[in-house]
Amino acid sequence: MDPTAKYISQKISRTRWRPVPAGLLQQPEVFAAGSWDNESNRVSIWSLGDNDSDTDGEFDEEPRLLCDSEHDGDVMDLQALSLAHVWERAHRYSCDNAPCTAVVCRSPELVSVGEDGRVILYKADQTEVVRVIENADSSTIHAVTFLRTTEVLTVNSIGQLKMWDFRQQSDSPAQILSLTGDRVPLHCVDKHPNQQHIVATGGQDGMLCIWDVRQGNTPFSLIEAHSAEMWEVHFHPSNPNHLFTCSEDGSLLHWETTSGSDMSTLLQRGWNSRVVSHSGVPLAGEDDSVVSSWLAGDSSKNRLEATHMLPSQTLSVNSLDVLEQCLVCGTDGEAVYVHRQLPV
Amino acid sequence: MEEVDVEPSPMLIPSAGFHQRHLGFEWGPGDLLVYETNYKLQGPRSAGSPLVHVVRKDEDICSPILRKLFNESHLIFVGLQKIKEDVPSKNKKSQFVSISKNYRSVIRACMEELQQNAVSAQDGSLASQYGDQVSILLAIELIWNLCEVLFIDAAPAGSLLLHLLDWVRLHKSDVDARAREVLQSESPAQHQSYWDVVISLVLQGRMDEARQVLSKQASLRAESSSVFKRMDVLLQTMPIFNPTGTQTLTEFDVKWRHWHEECDRCLQDNTFASNRHLETIVKILVGDEDTILEQKELLSTWYHFLVTRLLFTHPTIKPPDLHYYAQSSMNMFLGPRAPPEPLDIILLSAFEFDLHQVIKDCSIALNNWWFVAHLTDLLDHCKLLQSHNLHFGSNLREFLVLEYASGLFTHHSLWQLAVDYFDHCPEFGRVYLELQIERIPLDTERKAIKVLRICEDRQMSEQVRSICKIMAKRALRNNRLGSALSWSIRAKDAAFATLISERFLQDYCNKGSFTDLDLLDNLGPAMLLSDRLTFLGKYREFHRLYGENRFSEAAKLLLSLMTAKIAPRGLWMTLLTDALPLLEQKEVIFSVDQTYELMSCLEELNTGTKDSNTTDQDEDIESTKTELLRLALARNLAMAIVKEGTIET
Repeated sequence: MDPTAKYISQKISRTRWRPVPAGLLQQPEVFAAGSWDNESNRVSIWSLGDNDSDTDGEFDEEPRLLCDSEHDGDVMDLQALSLAHVWERAHRYSCDNAPCTAVVCRSPELVSVGEDGRVILYKADQTEVVRVIENADSSTIHAVTFLRTTEVLTVNSIGQLKMWDFRQQSDSPAQILSLTGDRVPLHCVDKHPNQQHIVATGGQDGMLCIWDVRQGNTPFSLIEAHSAEMWEVHFHPSNPNHLFTCSEDGSLLHWETTSGSDMSTLLQRGWNSRVVSHSGVPLAGEDDSVVSSWLAGDSSKNRLEATHMLPSQTLSVNSLDVLEQCLVCGTDGEAVYVHRQLPV
Repeated sequence: MEEVDVEPSPMLIPSAGFHQRHLGFEWGPGDLLVYETNYKLQGPRSAGSPLVHVVRKDEDICSPILRKLFNESHLIFVGLQKIKEDVPSKNKKSQFVSISKNYRSVIRACMEELQQNAVSAQDGSLASQYGDQVSILLAIELIWNLCEVLFIDAAPAGSLLLHLLDWVRLHKSDVDARAREVLQSESPAQHQSYWDVVISLVLQGRMDEARQVLSKQASLRAESSSVFKRMDVLLQTMPIFNPTGTQTLTEFDVKWRHWHEECDRCLQDNTFASNRHLETIVKILVGDEDTILEQKELLSTWYHFLVTRLLFTHPTIKPPDLHYYAQSSMNMFLGPRAPPEPLDIILLSAFEFDLHQVIKDCSIALNNWWFVAHLTDLLDHCKLLQSHNLHFGSNLREFLVLEYASGLFTHHSLWQLAVDYFDHCPEFGRVYLELQIERIPLDTERKAIKVLRICEDRQMSEQVRSICKIMAKRALRNNRLGSALSWSIRAKDAAFATLISERFLQDYCNKGSFTDLDLLDNLGPAMLLSDRLTFLGKYREFHRLYGENRFSEAAKLLLSLMTAKIAPRGLWMTLLTDALPLLEQKEVIFSVDQTYELMSCLEELNTGTKDSNTTDQDEDIESTKTELLRLALARNLAMAIVKEGTIET
């Protein structure tokens, strides 16, 4: 089924679903979109409307605008919170404001990172920032994600992943991981929803890397996903065998591991021909049943399949979000695409 | 200089040019800068207005609803360019027609949204602005539809009229509303617009619907039902050409003449004399031009009149004959006194199959190149435009697309669309893009990355280098050395990498330790970009090795830095001073040969011309350092010679 497109007269930099309460098996209906590159940027909230009235099961309502508000500067990231607050000049250079590139929240704590190389921790109800890690990085930090309640992982523009532990007093990272070889900037990072040591990153050259942060200094596998910068990578929150990536080259890919019945094989052989493998040492003492299909790579049993989600080549897809069976993404062609029947 | 086609209309700039001040101006890419000069013809000098005015011709580009038009048509444009050349022409024609319909549906969608906004707008001037845009879009769609019928679809005689009928019906939609109103009223036959609706339907050639409405009347008056039945038969038997059928055009023509004579006979027999409305209808069916002309109000436009006239006099009209009828219809309809509007002239040129005139007139009438650029591009793909070389070398299509794209580039957001348009202008597109893309303001890194991707994909290395240099310089100013380095690596800019390394080394000399260790420790192969950077990396490695107590390796590295001439001359003293603790160790670290080399380096340093600006104090420090080094080297040499001379037993 093709996604529905809606042109909203502004280039979209971020789209996010409003989270649905966990217990109810509802499909998400409301999403937020942030614009960029406008003289006056806006954050707008859209609703997909009631789908009970359709008898033939076709969801073809266009998103309707619920409300929007002005935003100073480009909208770089959106996260859902229950309180609202503004922290002025949190990211800055010595003489100017610096763009904040990403925000992640795990209520009530928020972490933001920016082009000034700072990692800042906030609490949603406090006006003062809780902690600032100055000079966390000498280059721009592009994305951040929570690993555990007190640990975050950041990626920067010299191709390094850095783990920060807020319980430690020192301002240096607990761990640094990077690719050997060319230092390609990394733009996005996402953690596996169930297994906190598995992390996926996407970089400037369109490579999707799966890392195991407990071991080694190199990624577990490298996959040539896109031909241009990968802007966002997301594991599906409830079905982590599915991964979604979107890129500057205008494509949105849906990756699915189809693992065979025998999950106990831990052999790290190559994936299918699309993938360049860069395997590390086998994990010893791993509980067989808990092994993720992302790390076990027997080419005959575990394959990785990718499908294009958008009907035709568009301008860059800047952002995507998945929740339950719904996918929303925004492009530089000023269109929002909503797919309501994901095969997950 | 060329003659002007149309007298330019003056535009008033508020608050400028008072007190007889002269205005100066400067052309920008899409607009004009106007300012007051100090020059005054007469009168005392006084302070002028300090304002600079930006005059912009195209306001549509700022309208949020029209932005959807630009974006959606961009997608269609790119899809059109990708149609392969080797597909047979019949298939291509249907493809072009469907693309044309796509464009039109996009225009219609925008029009509807603008219409809704015009109705719901509370501000009067805003509502009128929307209304203006709606009427412009209506006109555009009208012209486009006609061009599609005449040029792209290029229907032959017979089906030409059918397409023209469709065209007229689409653009005269109030008939449907009125017909619905009449039919849904309690007694349709008594409705005041009843006969207007019937006649309008007949004028548009919608015989079945006319019969349906007429039947309401017939059921009422039983006594004149025979007359109505007669009319019903006439309307029913009107032959309509079926292009997909087996009937040829000549057969149709014969049938039609037969029917025409039948209608004429009815008229001569005064069959419908009892009812003047039916009399009017039969006169229309016969093709009596005066009667048709009387229905001016219902027709409302001369092209409707033209098509109706052709329907009832020449349904087998051939395209080349169209323009005789078009000219005469316009004259008859508009009358001698009313001058034709620009839209009328454009439509007339279309009927005359003068494409270039159509494009030219549209360019003048509209303030935005969107319509002419896309239409010309589509017509060019249909191979309908003769190659018409303009004075500056490119053809008409490329000229218009370039103008449109240049206009887009001035917009703060739509510049990304313009890139694709430039890509498809083979002669000048690349040059335009190269000039424009460097001028996009880069506020965030993400925008810079996108612009760089555009340049890299098109191998515009000059622009890549310049943009990376801008970003790197900015990063350097903000003390983000890692960012600066990553930008210079992307641009493969060795000179800048050297600059950054100098900065690092300066910091080291001032503070005594390195900053940004995470960067220096992980340079990787980027180290090889510039000599200075390599030195920096290796120097940091030396410090690390020293910290890890791997002295012999550290010593070897330090020596290689000096002998391989990677280290800059000015830092040799620092390096030698770093060697001092190694020389002072209990263990002998430097071998005899290595010590000799160190000594020669020291001497080389000292025999260099002394800088006359050094103060006495500096000279003292220098000489003390040299003395210390000489002493340490001598001691080390002694120990090394002894160690190497000792035979292990």
